[in-house]
Formats: sequence, structure tokens, C-alpha cells
Amino acid sequence: MFKLNKNKIKRSFSDRITEFIFYAFITVFALACLFPFALVVTSSFADEVSLAKEGYKLIPSKWSLDAYRLLLQTKSVFNSYKVTIFITVVGTMLSMMFTSAMAYAMSVKNFRIRNGLSLFVYFTMLFSGGLVASYLLISNVLNLKDSIWVLILPSLIQPYNMLLMRNFFAGIPDSLAESAKIDGANDIRILMSIILPISLPGIATIGLFYALSYWNEWYKVLLYMNDENLYTLQYLIMKILREINYAASEAAQYDLTSGFSLLPSYSYRMATIVVTIGPIILLYPALQKYFVKGLTVGSVKG
Amino acid sequence: MKEEVRKRGIFPNLRYDIHHNKFLILLCIPAVLWFLLFAYVPMAGLVIAFQKYNPANGIFGSEFVGLENFKFFIGSSDFFRVTFNTLFLNALFIASTMVTSIIIAIVLSELTNKYFVKVTQSVVILPHFISWTVVALLTQAFLNTDKGMINQLLVSMGTDRMNFNSNADYWPYILTIMKVWQGAGYGSIVYLAAITGMDREIYEAARVDGASRLQCIRYLTLPLLKGTAILLFIMSVGKIFNGDFGMIYAIIGNNTLLYPTTDVIDTYIYRMLMESQNIGMSSAVGLYQSLMGFAMVMITNKIAKKVSPESAIF
Repeated sequence: MFKLNKNKIKRSFSDRITEFIFYAFITVFALACLFPFALVVTSSFADEVSLAKEGYKLIPSKWSLDAYRLLLQTKSVFNSYKVTIFITVVGTMLSMMFTSAMAYAMSVKNFRIRNGLSLFVYFTMLFSGGLVASYLLISNVLNLKDSIWVLILPSLIQPYNMLLMRNFFAGIPDSLAESAKIDGANDIRILMSIILPISLPGIATIGLFYALSYWNEWYKVLLYMNDENLYTLQYLIMKILREINYAASEAAQYDLTSGFSLLPSYSYRMATIVVTIGPIILLYPALQKYFVKGLTVGSVKG
Repeated sequence: MKEEVRKRGIFPNLRYDIHHNKFLILLCIPAVLWFLLFAYVPMAGLVIAFQKYNPANGIFGSEFVGLENFKFFIGSSDFFRVTFNTLFLNALFIASTMVTSIIIAIVLSELTNKYFVKVTQSVVILPHFISWTVVALLTQAFLNTDKGMINQLLVSMGTDRMNFNSNADYWPYILTIMKVWQGAGYGSIVYLAAITGMDREIYEAARVDGASRLQCIRYLTLPLLKGTAILLFIMSVGKIFNGDFGMIYAIIGNNTLLYPTTDVIDTYIYRMLMESQNIGMSSAVGLYQSLMGFAMVMITNKIAKKVSPESAIF
């Protein structure tokens, strides 16, 4: 960072100590961030007998693939994967359609009710009807209990994302839309064929925010789902967490108990985590810059 | 709200837009309907807070009891406990995450090895994308009395096991550590952006004048970060009445032994609704939380306006 000055200023002893401490601090913090992930991965490959005897260890004394063998043979994880992928893909697409349509309208300067609409959106961030009223609305009035749409519809729009998107659109020069308008295009056409194509980075950022929140959904399952076939991955984790004998009951259900000398229950938990966060970790390096961008694009104002 | 002013302000404009901006209005309709249904209708449902709600009679048929539910809640010992826990935990979370975020941002901005900075930044942000359910399961790998890593370590050092899952006193701090682990790296992005946006020449001038690294941080970086820090601080204080349900329910769950220090307003509302089936009361607590939250945002925004006008939210 101080390349220019390197020749002019001899780095003093105290500066070098400072730098050393900085490197040490950030290395320790980064390792602390990584350590749990490493522990999960190695424990998921640990032999159940040694795990039960020695507890969780970064390098287990004996390795085994039993947890994954059980995981592949039981249907729950596979099934939850389908549900989670469905709500992530369909949910994100619908969310983006609803969000970008209104966000674009709110960004057009001669749209006179835009400030009123912004307030209408922003107010929902400040004040809410609370859990009870939404719960009664969704379960008794809309009858969405035990429907996969309960995982999508109530979380379709996040007001913060909409205001963020409006800011993205507002940053596009008006002249583009105006010239299209003179050529006779209507606002919907302008949005589809001019605005959206040039705002791809913004769309990617907000799409990722939505996708991540669908991927990590479990709260709605907790509230509205009794049907085991519609559990999301995160909720499955929740269930495994609460039921100590989850692996055993899973194995019994599919009659797999006999295939294992000791049923991999602790490593099974870890293996489930690995397959749940796997996609996030794998995609993360490619997507990270969009997340960072979404945060630094400027604060949202009502 | 200034309902009257808004109405008079909107309707002539609405008429104008119906004539001139039909398509824009069309674009708004789906989302507006969504907001009405999923955000504004539940607000009307807050009337339940003033009822002795009976599912058989519904909202329109239940008995109106005025402030009965509130009186009951405020009179109970739960009121103080959940309010205190919510505020205390959030205060711990805000303070420690903020300090750690600023430290990480400063450290990253001071390091010279670009490649190293890039990799560490990616690593420290990563935990933010992991959901609390996963973190909760991980927690058990560390804190479980038999198999947990920390207790394995304690045993190997010859000390007694610590029974984390039954001692409530540890948990505000355990939760704080998790919050910092999960959020500090992500939080540092904003501060880092603020630091990189600063004028490099000031630093170079200071360095030429013989200022040490630490002096540069103390007298240049920190004062320049003050604006950002105050803004973010105010924004999080505005949300101080909102307990992190996702985190606390996932990690604490139904472990009643830990409620004395970890039961927050949100988990309390959830239990009132789902376990006690006390719908009127649950709604009353929700309204109490919403009103306090709203007041906090208004107050903090007013303060923000005074401290630095450009950082006020509205």
C-alpha cells in the first residue's frame, strides 16, 4: 500500500512489529473461520467407533466412508435437496420478477408516485404485523400449510432488496430509456430489452441474496410444514440436531442397520452438513465479488 | 405517520401517472399486491393483540379485552427477562461485531501482500453464508459434554468437563463469539470500502513526515471511519429490539435450562404461539416489540440527523 514511499522511508522497527502483529491476528482469525469447516469435513469421514471413543478430532484416527454410504442409501437428504433446489430456483426467479419490475418503476424520474411507493415499501421494514397475524393469515386464510408454496410466496419480496435494486436502476443514465421511448417502446419493453441487460451485475447480486435466503430457509418449514417430504435441507439439519438418534431411525426405516458394524450417527450428522453447505462453498469463490458489491453499492435510503 | 399529507400528495400524482405512466403502474401492481397481502394485512391483524382470541370465532368474533394482554405480559416475570435478554444480547453482538469488523478492515487495509489480503478476506466472509442450523450442529461438535472438542481438550489437560448445555451463564458469551465468527468478516467489507475510498495522499504525506503505522491508524484511519461507524451503529441500535430468532432458536432450541439468559422476545413470541397457543398474548408481545422497534428507529434516526445529517436514513 505504501509502495511509493518504500524507498524514501526506512520502515522502522515498530512498524515491522505492527505489521507482524497484523499478519498474526488476521491469520488466526481466518484459521478460526476455516477450522469448523475442516472439522466437519474430516469428521464426516471418520470411523464411527473411533469417533464415539475419542470425540470429534481434526484428524480422526481411523477413516471411513460409512456416513456417506448411509447418506446415499436413505432418501431424506436426496428428497430435501430436490425441495431446496426447487424453492431456490423458482423462488429466486419469481422474486426477481416481482422485485425488478417495481424497482424499475420506482427508479423512473417522471413517475410521480415513486416517492409514495418508496415509503409504502420502506414502512414495511420499520413496522410489522408480527408473527401471529402472518401465521394466521398464511395457515388459516390462505391455507398454505403443507404446500411447497409457503416456502416461496411469503418471502417473495424483501423490501431491502427492492430498494437496493431501485438504486442500481437509478444509476443508469436516463438518456438510454428516453431515446427508446422516442422510438416508440413502452416501459415494459424498455425494462426487458434495455435496462435488464445492462444491469446484469446488479441483478446477479440481488439474485444471489435471494437465492441464498431460499437455500437457507428453515423457519417457514418449522412454522408451516408437517409433511416430511417437503423439508428443506436446513430443516433436515435442524431435525438431525434435535433428534440424537436420527441416523438410527433413518437406517431402520430403510432397513439398512445390518450393513454397519456401528451405525455412523455422529459422522452422519457431519456428512449431512457437508452435502448441505457444499454447493455454497463450491460456488462461493466465483460469486463472492457480487456479494461484496451488493454491500458497497451505497446505502439504501427510503 | 402523516397520513393526511400523504394522501393529498399521492392522489393527483396517481391520476397523472394513470394517464402518462400506465406501463409503470402495471409493473408495480404485482409487488404492490404482495405488500398489501403479506405486509399490510398482518398489520391490521394486530387487532388480535386487544382480543381474547378464540380460533373458533376468528378475528371478527373474538372478545375485545382492551389492554388485558399487555397488562398480563408486563405484570409477568417474563416481561423483564425477555426484554433484558434481547437488549443485552444485541448490545453484546453489536459492540463486539463492530469492534472486530473495524479491526479486520484496518488490518486488511494495512497489509501489503495483495494476494494474501484477497484470500484472507474471502475466508473471513465465508461464515456469513452458512445458516444458523449448520452452526448449531457445529456448536455441538465443540461444546457437547461427551464428544465435544473443548471437553476433549479439557479432559486431556486433566481438568473437569464443562457442562455447557446446562449452564446458562456461559451462553451470552458463547453466542457473542458465534456472532462475531459469523458476522465480523462480512461487516468488515463496508469499513474496508470506506478505507480504500480515502485519499491516499494524506497517508503518504503523514508517512513522509515520519508518522508510524500505528500513528497513521490512530490519527487518520480511525477518525475517517467515524462517520461510517456511527451510521452503522445507529442502524443496528434501531434494530435492538429484534432478537435473532434464527440464531437463538437454532442453537438453544428447547433447552429450557438456558432460557434465563437466552430467551429473547422473538423466541418468546414463537413459544406463546406454537406451544402455549396463547394467540392474543403472543400478538400483544409482537405489537410491543414492533412499537419499541419503530420508536428506536425514529429516535436513532433523529440522533443521526443531528450527528451527521447525510447519514440519516430518511
